[in-house]
Amino acid sequence: MSEKPELMPGTLDMLILRTLARAPLHGYGIALAIRRLSDDVLTVEEGSLYPALQRLLLRGWVKAEWKLTETRRRARFYTLTTAGRRQLGIEMSEFERMIAAIGRVLQNA
Amino acid sequence: MDALLRLLRRLRILIRRQRFSSELEEEMGFHREQLEKEFREDGVDPEEARYAARRRFGSELQLREQSHDVVAFRLETVLQDLRYAARQLRRNPGFAATAVLILALGIGATTAIFSVVNPILFQPLPYPHPGRVAMIWETHGDGVPLAVSFGTFFGLRERSRSFDAIAVEKPWQPTMTSAAEPERFNGQRVTPAYFRALGIVPVLGRDFQPSDDQFKGPNVVMLSDRLWRRRFGSDAAVLGRGVTLDGNLYTVIGVMPRSFENVLDPSAELWAPLQYNPSLPPDGREWGHHLRMIGRLLPGVRLQQAANEGGAILHIWAQTHAAGYRSSGGAPSGLLVHSLQDDITRDVRPALLAILGAVALVLLIACVNVTSLLLARGGQRRGEFAMRAALGASRSRLARQWVTESLLLAVVGGVCGMVVAELGVRALVALSPPGLPRLDAIRIDGAIFTFGMAMTTLIGLGCGLVPALHISRGNLHLGIGQSSLRTVRGHHTTRRTLVVAEVALALVLLVSAGLLLRSVQRIFAVALGFDPSHLLTMQVQEAGTHFQTDADRERIFEQALEAVKHVPGVTSAAFTSQLPLSGDFESYGMQFEAWPNDQFEPAFRYAVTPDYFATMRIPLLRGRLLDERDRAGAPVVVLISESLARRKFPGKDPIGQRVRIGPDIGHADRPWDVIVGVVGDVKQVSLAVTEPDAFYTTSTQWAWVDNVQSLVVRTPTDAASLAPAVRTAIWSVDKDQPIARVATMENLIAASESQRHFALVLFEAFALVALLLAATGIYGVLSGSVTERTREIGVRSALGASRNDILALVFRQGMMLAALGVVLGLLGAFAASRALITLLFGVSPLDPLTYAGVVALLLGVAAFACLRPARRAARIDPAMTLRAE
Repeated sequence: MSEKPELMPGTLDMLILRTLARAPLHGYGIALAIRRLSDDVLTVEEGSLYPALQRLLLRGWVKAEWKLTETRRRARFYTLTTAGRRQLGIEMSEFERMIAAIGRVLQNA
Repeated sequence: MDALLRLLRRLRILIRRQRFSSELEEEMGFHREQLEKEFREDGVDPEEARYAARRRFGSELQLREQSHDVVAFRLETVLQDLRYAARQLRRNPGFAATAVLILALGIGATTAIFSVVNPILFQPLPYPHPGRVAMIWETHGDGVPLAVSFGTFFGLRERSRSFDAIAVEKPWQPTMTSAAEPERFNGQRVTPAYFRALGIVPVLGRDFQPSDDQFKGPNVVMLSDRLWRRRFGSDAAVLGRGVTLDGNLYTVIGVMPRSFENVLDPSAELWAPLQYNPSLPPDGREWGHHLRMIGRLLPGVRLQQAANEGGAILHIWAQTHAAGYRSSGGAPSGLLVHSLQDDITRDVRPALLAILGAVALVLLIACVNVTSLLLARGGQRRGEFAMRAALGASRSRLARQWVTESLLLAVVGGVCGMVVAELGVRALVALSPPGLPRLDAIRIDGAIFTFGMAMTTLIGLGCGLVPALHISRGNLHLGIGQSSLRTVRGHHTTRRTLVVAEVALALVLLVSAGLLLRSVQRIFAVALGFDPSHLLTMQVQEAGTHFQTDADRERIFEQALEAVKHVPGVTSAAFTSQLPLSGDFESYGMQFEAWPNDQFEPAFRYAVTPDYFATMRIPLLRGRLLDERDRAGAPVVVLISESLARRKFPGKDPIGQRVRIGPDIGHADRPWDVIVGVVGDVKQVSLAVTEPDAFYTTSTQWAWVDNVQSLVVRTPTDAASLAPAVRTAIWSVDKDQPIARVATMENLIAASESQRHFALVLFEAFALVALLLAATGIYGVLSGSVTERTREIGVRSALGASRNDILALVFRQGMMLAALGVVLGLLGAFAASRALITLLFGVSPLDPLTYAGVVALLLGVAAFACLRPARRAARIDPAMTLRAE
């Protein structure tokens, strides 16, 4: 995957939370959504979602629940919790602040 | 809070590790399959699609490990924390020892009390379906349980459809004379279904059968495991062998199992059939209220149902057996059916629950104290923690460090506490009041140990959490070099709150102890109706078949009394059929000629020798006492108690009035007895119970000669020292005459109040511990505060505050805390004293004197605890502190 741009550290959690903000998804669904929404620019090593999801579960930002997909397969669906929604807000504003700062440096240096 | 939730989630995953792994594998597998499908739909060939999917997914093994790492406890960090904690405790041995000691005492005391209370109140009795075993009493409609008569039992056994098995029992103290040394045993006379009602079968031989329980039937006996081992060497050939009990030959038919716990009479080692007369003669012992009845309810039958059914049966039964019931004081109005467990624990329950509550308070105070100590340590170690935070330790890691340290403390405290508990249980059993049920079941076993350790873990977590929360709340980075005022202040508020709580809890305990103390004082000041000093008492039994007739019995008791009177040091001596405050409880009906419509209410029956009143010093109020003229054959004369006289003959002279007593009631053909005197009321059942109705006859004029009588001996010297000489005198008349229950009257009185006394001793001990802990709490907080305010105090004195001002400043601070605690504690004590009400006597639960005394004591101790920190503050030299700045 070296030909693809790597994610900035710490942004994976935020991306997961953001995709879950729209609707509950299973792991594959999250990966798919990130790929599609970024026009295939952000293609993470998709398995790395899972350690990240465990971390989010542990922090209580998402909940997991086994349900059936449309194709009647059993899959684990993740839902954003209230705390997760709050965390998403924090991370997004933090991220925007950082991007703006980087932008300012790039423009003015 | 977040850290705690995370810890709990981690724990949950740790417990369900298997499930965590399989779920992770399943969802990763699903993901990979979907990717593969995606590639195949794009036209990649299946083999290639699998590889592409794997590449896109990443190393599954590695990712799985990473996921596990996220949720796992890192063992090495746990070990690190533990090592670090141990080092910290070693570095400060004073702190560690204090905390461990407090915890060990708290946990030990609680565990010990719990192990006593557990088998009595919480564990079911060791019988199959213990909930179906019931205790059955007669009642006269006042809800007071009354021992059943054989007549009542007989009627119920014939007609009741509520029970699988129903039986009565009475104590039996036979002397075994087959061996060289006669030995007296405790046993029970039972009807055949006794063991079946409990659900226990003999381990050897057979159970009793109805044919064993015939009137004047065969002499058969069952042995306890203990007796079988001790006297018969565990020999199975004991069955069918004969033993001589009270001069009669009994055949051994069975041995009970070792595990059999006989809660109705734990000391019983022998059982024989009751063998009462089934024709129920109305003037025999068949109508005396002296049996205890148990039954095993049929499945599905409730206690109340059985009581209702039995009551209905009795109603009809009483009409067909009116004469029998008349002789014993009237037919009962109904039955009380209790579960056996509730029944045997009924008397001790309030005291045990109160003691359990008290020890819980002590434990709470101990925890508060240790938390406060930990917080104080937190203050001292602020710098260290700030440094670790600066070096990159996360907050949760630091919080975990605290919890690890307090857990370590708690576990060390808990292990020491188990030792304390073991000693405590032994002391409690030794101290326990007579009549505490299930004494043999009290021990520290696996369940108790688990209880203790679970408690320890909770305490460790709880105590560590408070400082841990402080760490994560405060701003650590400010801690290096300068103290964060916010943290310090938060710290102090918490510690002060803890001290207030300690004082409040201590006050609750002190008030409870105070109320009990006042009750015990009151109760021992109660007028007994006789003079208990210099009185020796013992129970003398006529030993079986040697003396078959009443006349023989009478002669042997008379000779024994004569012999006792000649013992040097004996002023006077007498026999009585029942002895006050000894646990004896026997009443018979009375019929008054002046009250033709009377219900023949029961009164205590005393069949005594004439010197009884002089020996006991029961005052004669009217008429005359009993004397030598009142022998068998002479007209029967009766003395009645003052209360009975006042109630039955208000404003009239009872002397010369006529009555019938016991078996004579209702027999118009028998002569009336004459009341010749009135004597003072006597406490019979207990110091607290006022049931003064009693009548007295001479032993020889009562319907039969009792084969168990109590001897009372008055002496001008020490009563206890007279016992051997008195015993020898009785044995000089008949060497086989068993003597039991030798005690001075003062011992009997103490024993009759032993339960209240037991509770008092424990409450006093707990209250003392609470007081000490509260005092050290105040002292600790003030000391810390003085140290931290050194600068401020220095400035104050530099600005002209006198030493007295400084003293007052610190004092005020300490006493404010104490006062606040007292106010809260008073509210708690109001509530707690209500729970104590059954243990109180003659004192209101809101007794102002007790409350005032306790508040004064607590404030005094608090003031004392303030003294040293205040002095230290007053000695602060302003020049020194200002220079140090």
